[in-house]
Amino acid sequence: MLLAWQWFHRLGSPRWFYDKSSRWLIWLMPLTLALLATGLVWGLAFAPIDAKQGDSYRIIFIHMPAAVVALAGYYVMAVAGAVGLIWRMKLPFMVMKSAAPIGAVLTALTLITGSLWGHPTWGTFWEWDARNIFMLILLFLYLGIILLGSIYPSRDAGDKACALLALVGTVNVPIIYKSVDWWYSLHQPASIKFTGESSIHASMLYPLLICVVAYYCVFSLALILYTRHEILVREARTQWVKDLSQLPGKNQGGAHAKL
Amino acid sequence: MAELNEANTGAGAILSRDMRLIWRHRSDIVNPVIFYLIGITMLPLAIGTSKQLLGTVAPGMLWIMAMLATLLSLDALFRTDFEDGSLAQFQLSSQPLYLIVLYKVLAYWLSTGLPLTLMAPMLGLMLSLPADGYWALLLTLLPGTAILTLVGALGAALTVCLRSGGLVMTLIIMPLYLPVLIIGSSAVSSAVAGFGFDRELALLIAGLAIALIVMPPAIAGALKISTNQ
Amino acid sequence: MLASLSFNNISCERDERILFNNLSYECKSGTLLQVVGFNGAGKTTLLHTLCGLRQPATGQILWQAQDISLNPQLFKQSLFFLGHQTPVKGHLTVTENIQWLRSLHPAPSYTSIQQALIEVDLLAYADTHCHQLSAGQRRRVALSQLYLTQASLWVLDEPFTSIDKAGVAKLAQRLQQHTERGGIVVLTSHQPVELEHLQSLDLSRYQPSLEEHIAHG
Repeated sequence: MLLAWQWFHRLGSPRWFYDKSSRWLIWLMPLTLALLATGLVWGLAFAPIDAKQGDSYRIIFIHMPAAVVALAGYYVMAVAGAVGLIWRMKLPFMVMKSAAPIGAVLTALTLITGSLWGHPTWGTFWEWDARNIFMLILLFLYLGIILLGSIYPSRDAGDKACALLALVGTVNVPIIYKSVDWWYSLHQPASIKFTGESSIHASMLYPLLICVVAYYCVFSLALILYTRHEILVREARTQWVKDLSQLPGKNQGGAHAKL
Repeated sequence: MAELNEANTGAGAILSRDMRLIWRHRSDIVNPVIFYLIGITMLPLAIGTSKQLLGTVAPGMLWIMAMLATLLSLDALFRTDFEDGSLAQFQLSSQPLYLIVLYKVLAYWLSTGLPLTLMAPMLGLMLSLPADGYWALLLTLLPGTAILTLVGALGAALTVCLRSGGLVMTLIIMPLYLPVLIIGSSAVSSAVAGFGFDRELALLIAGLAIALIVMPPAIAGALKISTNQ
Repeated sequence: MLASLSFNNISCERDERILFNNLSYECKSGTLLQVVGFNGAGKTTLLHTLCGLRQPATGQILWQAQDISLNPQLFKQSLFFLGHQTPVKGHLTVTENIQWLRSLHPAPSYTSIQQALIEVDLLAYADTHCHQLSAGQRRRVALSQLYLTQASLWVLDEPFTSIDKAGVAKLAQRLQQHTERGGIVVLTSHQPVELEHLQSLDLSRYQPSLEEHIAHG
């Protein structure tokens, strides 16, 4: 128990994270690339063609995992913010701050690929469909947090304010999801059905699952890199960061030499 | 007047303080109400006066304009208290801050949400809202505006220290308003269509109960963050 | 009343910049302490930290030998704080302002509001709206709480600002009276203050050295 507690508090130290994460990157980076390449090549080139939609359905391999991870990213951000608020640690706030733009980009990617997919399928770039609206609102929530964080005069206070907003947003996200779903059931006849709901063949499912895992890896990778950058910016005045910049192998090598 | 009224101590005194302040700034209360009136007046001029068309969009428009009118002056909720140091006094009071916050929000709602709600049926008349919609409009706006005020107060608290706080507040809070807007306006639509609005009203009341529990501590936390920098 | 306040090795930082560190100081009953330091040394930050409005980065503040964050509700009952702003509403009368400030700390008071008004020389203005008063008068409205509060720890940020000479003398007398009864006063002031037994805490002495600045983190 005590050991776990110590580990937890070390996890709050930016320097510890910076040193450790350079090791994680060594295996995470190739893993991500391999998964992404496998999933996308399998999905885009080798998965069987859809009977109704033809090749255009293949955008699902980019679209659906982005949607899943964008939503998960919001929770990662909110949980990081909550940990920072409760235990008054610096690192979780940096993680939270880094997660917001990544999540926003994934949400935007979901919307863009969704509308590209919608054009050949439904004949329109924007459909007032429950999931479309939900992703758009999620994008607004992300942008709100980025905006609030960037406009605060004091960074510490800005971090806490973002964390609080993210937490309240977290309570609201399922409610928004439910209410949009409900709204959709009132306003749209159930004529348009989604591929996600119809049974999906295993030959399409496996590459899709690989893509989801790959997107999670991309998210983690981006989060780690972004957080490392944030650490360097915020801790620029500290001795250990200054030492890093004096060593030749600046990023990973430098951190290793110190261990 | 010079003696302290015993019943008037504690956080309740903040309610009477704020109600007095609002009453002496009467022009400020009138603003959201006039905004609501003008906004609704603009609508037929923009989309035409066909009774059928107006009746169709009335539930949604009445709700959207009520939402905007609630947001309009909400950013001032804590601003003067922040600027003159009253907020620090609230924080150091022996009364819990969330209780003081609750009374402040209540005072704001009494001066904004309540008049807007009471005025909505009249505006419904202007938009040829079908007869079945009036009770639904009145009864859903009552808890609805209260939720909007509670959630919006969080935005006001988070942005109280920012110069362009009003706009930022609107941007961060509006997405959170979506469920209330959907449930409220569909309650009125459903009542107009003859399906009743019990379910929607129950949802809004449940939402108000949740907001009453969750929001005051969150607002209090946001105020602590805003003032400690 | 017996009071004790101590800063236990506290340091405060703002956005990773250390304002002061390793500050330790002890105030016994009857201490009248002036916090001094150059602009930006962290005087107001120290007062806010002392009130519990913000947390110190390290260290603790002990009131009656107990960390103030352990039982904030109890601590707040023995605290009176007045910041450099004046929490007085222009659209309320002097009496109404005093009443709501008073209501934040419901405790029996031995002084009536009327007496407090006499002390701060505002009796004639009891029912005047505060936006008609001068800055100094508004300040006095807030300072009238010093005659009504039962708190033993007074924390005052620039209490003498915009107060005239006679008012300053009166205020100084009130502070002396409070410390003679065993209370503690912590204040900042840009004006020179003539108070007996005034102790001084120079924040400049607790500035981080350059090495500490660098090693931090």
